[in-house]
Amino acid sequence: MAETVSTRDDSQEHDLREQSTVVEFDNVSIKFDLKPVLEDISFKVFSGETRIILGPAGGGKSVLMKLTNGLLQPDSGTIRVFGEDITSMPERDLYKLRARIGMVFQESALFDSLSVEDNVAYRLHEEHVSEEEAHTRVVEALKFVELEQAIQKFPPELSGGMRRRVSIARAIISKPDLILYDSPTGGLDPITSTTIIELVMKQRDVSHTTSLMITHRLQDAFTLAMNRFNPETGKMQPISNGGVDESTKFLVLNEGKVVFDGTTHELVSSTDPWLRAYLA
Amino acid sequence: MPFVSPEDFAKQKVAAIQEYSVLSWHAVSALFSRPRYWSDIYTQMDSIGVGSMPIIVLTGFFTGCVLALQSATSLKAFGAISMTGNLVALSMVKELGPVLTGLMVSGRNAAGMASEIGSMRVTEQIDAMRALGTDPVRKLVTPRLYATIFMLFFLTIVADAVGIAGGALVSVALLGLNASSYFHASYRALEYADVVQGLTKPLFSAFIIATVGCYFGMSTKGGTQGVGRSTTQAVVISSVFIIIVDFIVSRAMIGIFGR
Repeated sequence: MAETVSTRDDSQEHDLREQSTVVEFDNVSIKFDLKPVLEDISFKVFSGETRIILGPAGGGKSVLMKLTNGLLQPDSGTIRVFGEDITSMPERDLYKLRARIGMVFQESALFDSLSVEDNVAYRLHEEHVSEEEAHTRVVEALKFVELEQAIQKFPPELSGGMRRRVSIARAIISKPDLILYDSPTGGLDPITSTTIIELVMKQRDVSHTTSLMITHRLQDAFTLAMNRFNPETGKMQPISNGGVDESTKFLVLNEGKVVFDGTTHELVSSTDPWLRAYLA
Repeated sequence: MPFVSPEDFAKQKVAAIQEYSVLSWHAVSALFSRPRYWSDIYTQMDSIGVGSMPIIVLTGFFTGCVLALQSATSLKAFGAISMTGNLVALSMVKELGPVLTGLMVSGRNAAGMASEIGSMRVTEQIDAMRALGTDPVRKLVTPRLYATIFMLFFLTIVADAVGIAGGALVSVALLGLNASSYFHASYRALEYADVVQGLTKPLFSAFIIATVGCYFGMSTKGGTQGVGRSTTQAVVISSVFIIIVDFIVSRAMIGIFGR
């Protein structure tokens, strides 16, 4: 009888986890010019989880991010986002789905000809939100990234770090259920990188938004895993007793294949020689 | 440059034609469903139409001038110098006005479209637009297409008018002709079929300029070098196609109207 109850609980827990699966890759492969970029990639990201994607350059991380947002279509396999199969979804339906997804691009991808305000409000303008409400929400989003003074500026007038912060503001303005960060700290100095990671952490700990984040900097990845955002001080602080954030997990890619999928503890205690060399 | 087998080359060209056709159809049909970006259409009309006005006026005017000057020598030999207005008007309205306007707008705007959209492509702004829920064809290509079609039609009329005016200036000031007889000859020379022919051509030229410019912009690869390549290809291909389509439309119009 006890076994039956236990099985039912396990089954219910499994069902709950299945329901809260935000991103699911199932044997996804893609080639560019006959060269395999991703091969049989399978993983799941659950609601509220922050998944850090690590791996050497050219390993297919950005492609994986674009596949998640439906910007690319895989050659084989299935990708489900919010339970919907996006591999066979028409572009018109994908536009609706993307309303729930925010994306921060590698080089920010801000619209050069638009001011910071218009960049951040872009999605709101597309949804015909009133100018007054759009302005209020832009100011709120820019305050989140501590950049409200740059509202009237244009992207070429901003530094690299400021552009990333505007890009984050643009991604979060519609309060998305999933945020994709494609190397948000790439090419930035360590201090600015920490500022960006603090913003990612703030979004994780304040809004509990599910997110995928690519980074080349192991330091950024472990800062995110081992710190939490303190809303009272407005700063990040280490998790007590050397703990780690349970909602932060890792996915490591190498040459288009998943070499690791698990928690921070599992990653640091892995005995895989390649992984140990990579982390060293 | 790597060697490409004839089979791969043929496949690439067929794929490019397919992509171009799909893009063109998508751009045309997007105006008939929501969302429509009217403000972008007006902005492009200003940029393409008003922005091209100075070069169109200058080109049209001096083409009319040189046409009158050059034809005068031949017409004088036949004692038909009074036909200068006739020749300038027919040449400008049927052929030179539409073709030169098309080529000038192609040089200015097909290049502009390819470089602007190409830069957006290589800096991931097109992907960002898609990620933000906007169809880039609807937002970027459709406004440019309809703005070019609308404005090139009127730019051609302007080029025809200033061309005839340029011919008049040369005829009166340098050839000693009477202004009234020049304009009378010009007016008498033109028939309904000539005007229809001259105003049909810019519709095709505009379609070529906008779709070719945007196609090369949207398919840009390879950073800033790729943007430069796309821009050059857009101008070359749109210019060549304008002249080819000009011949086809001329032949079709002659077939329909008999002149």
